Amino acid sequence: MGVGIEVKDLNAWFGKAQVLKEINIKVGANAVTAVIGPSGCGKSTFIRCLNRMHETNPEARLTGTVQVGDINVYEAGTDAVDVRRRIGMVFQKPNPFPTMSIYDNVSAGLRLNGYHKRRELDVVVEHSLRMAALWDEVKDVLKKKSGASLSGGQQQRLCIARALAVQPDLLLMDEPCSALDPISTGKIEELIFQLKAEYTVVIVTHNMQQAARVADHTGFFLMGKLIEYDKTEKIFTTPSDKRTEDYITGRFG
Amino acid sequence: MPSLSRPLSLGRRLRNLCFMGLCALAAILVLAPLGAIFGYLVYKGTGSINWAFLTHTPRPVGEAGGGMANAIVGSMIVLGIGSMIGVPLGIGSGIYMAEFGGSRYVNVVRFTADVLNGVPSIVVGIAVYALVVLPQQHFSALSGGVALGIMMIPTIARTTEEMLLMVPNTIREAALGLGIPQWRATLQVTLRTASKGVITGAMLAFARVAGETAPLLFTAFGNQFWSLKPDQPIAALPIQIFAYAISPFDEWHRQAWAGALILIVLIVVAVAAVRVVTSRGNMVNNA
Repeated sequence: MGVGIEVKDLNAWFGKAQVLKEINIKVGANAVTAVIGPSGCGKSTFIRCLNRMHETNPEARLTGTVQVGDINVYEAGTDAVDVRRRIGMVFQKPNPFPTMSIYDNVSAGLRLNGYHKRRELDVVVEHSLRMAALWDEVKDVLKKKSGASLSGGQQQRLCIARALAVQPDLLLMDEPCSALDPISTGKIEELIFQLKAEYTVVIVTHNMQQAARVADHTGFFLMGKLIEYDKTEKIFTTPSDKRTEDYITGRFG
Repeated sequence: MPSLSRPLSLGRRLRNLCFMGLCALAAILVLAPLGAIFGYLVYKGTGSINWAFLTHTPRPVGEAGGGMANAIVGSMIVLGIGSMIGVPLGIGSGIYMAEFGGSRYVNVVRFTADVLNGVPSIVVGIAVYALVVLPQQHFSALSGGVALGIMMIPTIARTTEEMLLMVPNTIREAALGLGIPQWRATLQVTLRTASKGVITGAMLAFARVAGETAPLLFTAFGNQFWSLKPDQPIAALPIQIFAYAISPFDEWHRQAWAGALILIVLIVVAVAAVRVVTSRGNMVNNA
């Protein structure tokens, strides 16, 4: 089951440059939330703060609180590894592990956390690949083909399957379709739509039609600030902020 | 509009031919010494290689027959000890340099590795003589292994570092994003992705020290009989070849050639075997 997110007074920096300023947002469970905004507005940093990937950059710093379900992400006793295990992430560029087979890619999150029961892994791999709508295309070559031998769209669905295999509560997607053709994009959007039955999904996108198609709620970021956050329909038809309107109508960005 | 498919002018074809010729010549010049050395070794050495050479220990001067069995096994032992020291330390420091680049000690480690790489092998031998042989009071296979291990470290460390730096950051992020602890992500994802190059580096270092004679002269020392004990002096092919080659006896000269051929064949076989074994389980991109 998906979980809700509550972010309070989130500020983030790279070195001296502040990239997020006073972000406050509440995201509902089992919904798809899109994050839009021009390049460099802090969208990616925002979702990387949710699963503590932000701090993997040695220059990075942050203040504020993030609550994901029952995890207080930045509480003193919280282990970043545990947080990431429960919050899946799909990156902009498909990044399957090149030396691993398709099967090993999907099961990597479990195997590398010390989980080795063969039969249960088989079940998880099949289930995850089916969820990611990739099973039929790869079921005969699971252990014969490398993850890197698939096409770009298939690789991205493989990465989604890999993220789902650890059964996270929340799935973060950082422009998952930006490197894909329209057909693969369509498949992934359909997938996102189905995922919300079981997961909460936060997706960063440059493509406003995509936000309009998949998201229940949309947040508009500009220069590190959350300008407007509302139902997707409202954002794209009657935004309350002039800057949101300018952006979605293509006047800048 | 000028047609792109017009025949090339004579001048261009000549220049093209000339350049191709130069490239081919360069390639031949690079390969020629290897071919010449190997060919000459086969020519000089094959005649003396027989079952006795591979299974017997050296005979006293003047007695016919005898072989280098103890030196062949001794070399394997010393190289084994060397690899056990050099490979983990080399790969470990390579990982440190590549994956913990934020630390200011990284430059110190890198500089040290480069300096160590430039230290003449005889100096490594003397150092190990002072640090291991003198306290132990006698020469030993162990001290020979330590000397070779030390010589392997810088090559392995630097190639491991280079290879890890070639692994795209997106792969590290993918592993961390799955909730895999840093150490496991580094060993089982990043290092594994770079494994091909890392193994090549380890094999290069292995092949380079396999023929080292100088550091073994006053560490492993060599002997004329069977010994498998790591705390005793042990024979090694390079020492045996050296001793036989500077001797005044024709029979020993022939055995030195045979020993040299065996040494090269052993290196090639070891490198090939490691490649076959380690390539299992890893996927080639289009397999």
